[in-house]
Order: sequence, then C-alpha cells, then structure tokens
Amino acid sequence: MSWTLVIVLALGAYAFKVTGLVILGGRSLPAVVERCLALIPAAVVTALIVKDTFTTGQDLVLDARAAGIAVAVVAAWRKAPLIAVIVLGAAVTALLRQV
Amino acid sequence: MVVACLTLSGAVGVFGFSFGVGSVAAGASVWQTCALSLFVFTGASQFSAMSVIGAGGSLGSALGGALLLAARNGVYGLAMSRRLDGSLGRRLLAAQLTIDETTAMAVAQPNRREQQIAFWLTGFALYTFWNVGTLIGALTGSAIDPRTFGLDAAFPAGFVAMVWPLLSDRRARLAAAIGGVVFLTTVSFLPIGVPILLSVVGVLVGVQRPVPPPVGAEGSRP
Repeated sequence: MSWTLVIVLALGAYAFKVTGLVILGGRSLPAVVERCLALIPAAVVTALIVKDTFTTGQDLVLDARAAGIAVAVVAAWRKAPLIAVIVLGAAVTALLRQV
Repeated sequence: MVVACLTLSGAVGVFGFSFGVGSVAAGASVWQTCALSLFVFTGASQFSAMSVIGAGGSLGSALGGALLLAARNGVYGLAMSRRLDGSLGRRLLAAQLTIDETTAMAVAQPNRREQQIAFWLTGFALYTFWNVGTLIGALTGSAIDPRTFGLDAAFPAGFVAMVWPLLSDRRARLAAAIGGVVFLTTVSFLPIGVPILLSVVGVLVGVQRPVPPPVGAEGSRP
C-alpha cells in the first residue's frame, strides 16, 4: 500500500475538521446541506457492511461472515456494548470456519 | 462524565485494535497503520479506506469513500466552534479531536464549562486509546492469520455497531437501505470501491424537508 493514501487522507480529514471548527466557525450551512451531510454515515457505512459481509472482490458470496454479522446485528439490536458486537461477530465467524 | 469517558475509551481501544489487525491484513505496514490512526484519527474513514484497499480497489476510490465519511466532522466542527473558547492554536488542536464521540460527549453536557471539559477529556483519552489499540492490533495482525480468528469480520461488525444507533431515525433507515441496495446492484460490474462511492446517493433523502410533528396529536381533540 502506498503512503500517498495515508498522507492525502490525513490532510483531507483534517481539512474537513478545520473547515468546520476554525474557518466557518459560528456560521451555519443551509439546512438542506446539513441534513444531507448528517445522512452520509448511514448510507455509506451500510454499503460497507454489505461489502465486507457478502463480497470478495467483485463477487457476491455467502460464507461464515454472514452468520457472524447476523449475530452482530442481533447484539447491536439488543443494545450490547461495542466491544461485544465486534467480539461476537468475529467469534461466530471463526467458529463456523472450524466446523 | 469521567466514568462515561473511560468506558468509551476502553471500547475505542478495542475498536482501534480491530482497525490495526484489519489494516495490516489489507496490506498496510505497521507504520502506515499507526500513521493513519495518529494523523487521520477518524475511525469510519480509516476502516473504509482499508476495506476498499483490502478488496483490491484503487487509491482514488479508497480515498473517495473515506473522505465522504470524513465530511461529517466538518459539521461537528460547526457545532463545537460555538462551544469552545481559546486561541487559534487551541482551536487547531481541537479540530484534530473533533469526531463523533467527542462531539456527542460535549453536547450532552448542561453548560459551556462542562462541555469544554468533556470535549478535551474525551478527546485526549480517545486519542490515546485509539492509537495504543491500533499499535497492538497492527503488531498482533502481523503475527497471526486474521481469518483464523474471524478478524476479517471485525470490520463489518464494527460498522454494524457504528451504524445501528443512527437507524432510530426514519430518514437514516431509508438512506441506509438505498446505500445498501445501490452497492448490491452495482458491485458485480463497477470497479472495486466505486459502488461504495455511489452509495452516497442515499443522502438525497435529506433533500426532502422533515415532516413537522402533527399539531395536537391524538387525545387533544375537543
């Protein structure tokens, strides 16, 4: 992996933080822009969950990860702490691979 | 507040550990993994970038998805700028610590003084735990096969924990559904990483104005 990714991502992420906190300061964005920005994690993180659970490269696959993540979803729904959600997801996936 | 902060830090340490393991599994060196946590310091973006790189996606698509996720810290910055005092130098330092958890802890406090204490306390605690967790994870990940321990499922499981609290909102559920469906329908024929970028169309749900709560709902009719 290249250092370019590390450097550009570090600069870009910091630029967003500084823009909000230091440059724009107390001003506010149009309400519609704030509403859309607030929805980015829901849309993109859900796509990442689908990616890391059901795909390998460009292929759709159904393997042990699906069961692990199903358990993680149940744990999150039952308001389990973050640690438990991660450990359960990984443990179930690992156990199924042993079978 | 201190107890809440320490509990959160412990969880973030474990999260950092899973980032460290996953990042080296995706092909980054221990140094690169630690540099990401030290200088990027926003979990979802780091996970997203390494998830795309690990799958064989291009640099551009890995950066695109990660930067989309980093954009929300700008909104948190707006919220924090009304609550933080201090010189430009302090504000530039505060900017690096402006993420989901520090903003949430700060805005939950009743007055300005406690908001500032909560922000700095959470910020320094999380920064420490996130980076120590990352280092231990990266060293562990270099020594074992992550698949044996199901650690390749740690990324999506972490994402589940991250996204679940957001889904109490109807619009967020709709945005999430659109994001997931867009990814599923495009993954097989678009270059790796691009479907993640496209999933952002889900945010267009936010263009529609929120429906105001009905005035005089049930029970209030004469």
